[in-house]
Amino acid sequence: MSEPFLIGDAMTGGYGGADILHGCTIAVEKGQIAVIVGPNGAGKSTAMKAVFGMLNLRSGAVRLGGEDITALSPQARVNKGMGFVPQTNNIFPSMSVEENLEMGAFIRTDDYAQTMEQVYTLFPILRDKRHQAAGELSGGQRQQVAVGRALMTKPSVLMLDEPTAGVSPIVMDELFDRIIEIARTGISILMVEQNARQALAIADKGYVLVQGANRFTDTGEALLADPDVRRSFLGG
Amino acid sequence: MDALNALIMLANFVLIPATAYGSQLALGALGITLIYGILRFSHFAHGDVMAIGTAVVILTTWGLQGAGVSFGVLPTALLALPVGIAFTILYLLAMDRVVYRFYRRVRAKPMVFVMASLGVMFVTNGLTRLLIGPGEQRFADGARFVISARDFRTWTGLSEGLALRSTQLLTVVVALIAMGILFYFLNRTRSGKSMRAYSDNEDLALLSGINPERVVMITWVIAGTLMCLAGTLYGLDKIFRPFTFFQLLLPMFAAAIVGGLGNPLGAIVGGYVIAFSELGVTYAWRRFAGYFLPPDWMPEGLMQILPVDYKFAVTFAILVLVLIFRPTGIFRGKVI
Repeated sequence: MSEPFLIGDAMTGGYGGADILHGCTIAVEKGQIAVIVGPNGAGKSTAMKAVFGMLNLRSGAVRLGGEDITALSPQARVNKGMGFVPQTNNIFPSMSVEENLEMGAFIRTDDYAQTMEQVYTLFPILRDKRHQAAGELSGGQRQQVAVGRALMTKPSVLMLDEPTAGVSPIVMDELFDRIIEIARTGISILMVEQNARQALAIADKGYVLVQGANRFTDTGEALLADPDVRRSFLGG
Repeated sequence: MDALNALIMLANFVLIPATAYGSQLALGALGITLIYGILRFSHFAHGDVMAIGTAVVILTTWGLQGAGVSFGVLPTALLALPVGIAFTILYLLAMDRVVYRFYRRVRAKPMVFVMASLGVMFVTNGLTRLLIGPGEQRFADGARFVISARDFRTWTGLSEGLALRSTQLLTVVVALIAMGILFYFLNRTRSGKSMRAYSDNEDLALLSGINPERVVMITWVIAGTLMCLAGTLYGLDKIFRPFTFFQLLLPMFAAAIVGGLGNPLGAIVGGYVIAFSELGVTYAWRRFAGYFLPPDWMPEGLMQILPVDYKFAVTFAILVLVLIFRPTGIFRGKVI
């Protein structure tokens, strides 16, 4: 089997001091959705940040499309086609929705009007509110702005750190639908989720992390069906 | 007729001077608020850098006057402005390179930056005195009045005169143009938007590929331009003295904080709030009241709330009130 499109291979490292990740491997195939779940403090977000280059690895490697990008800064990885949506502070609150999207396209020198149109098609509510300050929007709409901003670079991989944190269940379902739509356009999705059951239901691949290491790795469906996973992490 | 006379008098002694002073403060406060928004520290050297920039304008003006150059009815200083602005920008960029950049690299706390800017303030202060001396300098020339009080009385037949000095009109016009250009830049251009983005959310701006060093440089260029403009206009309208410019730091900071730190519109509104309060509170209202009160009711005193010497107390009082009751300022800026 050929190597996945994006892989964080046997990553070990932390924020300085003790290691948080211990030989953790996360990967996602082209156009698929990979979900990282696990209990609090399992290093889910850390694993994601490691893939994006926001912490230094002591060992292991990150490869994108076969190219080793372990040494690149997060900014350089954005140029390589990775989009990242942080969990908090992921918008420019005093700027309008449209300006948020423009800033997302800052590194692009070509015409991005079409990409913006695609984002507006994906999130119609943003078109209605495009002149409103992003900080005045509801939680779910802010998340849409954040995802839209990351999509403006036309990334090949979109990384989402708990995109549904703090939004209502209805909005959560809606966001997941949108994420599936994004994946269908050929963009790989790697996301960390608290709402494990719903997230695994849409995942092609699921990773259950415990204490910075892989505990279970399988398709989302199989993990949901696995009695061990159900008992330990999904509440029966 | 009395009401009209009273209004003219008020315009002459409070409204017009306060508008001019407010515009000067607003230009200064805009610089402070931009630096706070982007570099995230209170730039204490603001008044003194304004002084050294203005000193260069004055020296250039004298040079031009010596060479027989004049600008007709407008002050020659306007011709010298580009030189002063260029100097101020280069001076700030040099200070950034020598002082602030190091602290940015080590990600120092804002308080460290403030102390560093205090050091820059003392150095600049000394350099200004070396350059032009500690004394007062006058460099205004050209037409003195747009409307003089005597002409106004002859035209209108009113007993009160209204004087509009050309420097006052010039201040307001230049300030409005500068503000217009600034807002266009911040809201319409890619570089301006990247500045606002950086001010809003530094980490996300980095993720979006915005180069922080470039944003910082643009900020100094804009702040330097505004500082030199504010200093020169203040010097033309009132007087140039290094110590006076240092003292302007308080009303300028008050304006930025009252308006909401980091919010450019707030800085402008704050500038006028401070200017109108200072002049309103220190103005002797006795003659104004005289137009409305029956002679028997006229008070003995000048009806002046505070003597002019205490004008900084007004600023300080406003600053304290704002910090206690609305720390974010009028336009919801950042809390210090």
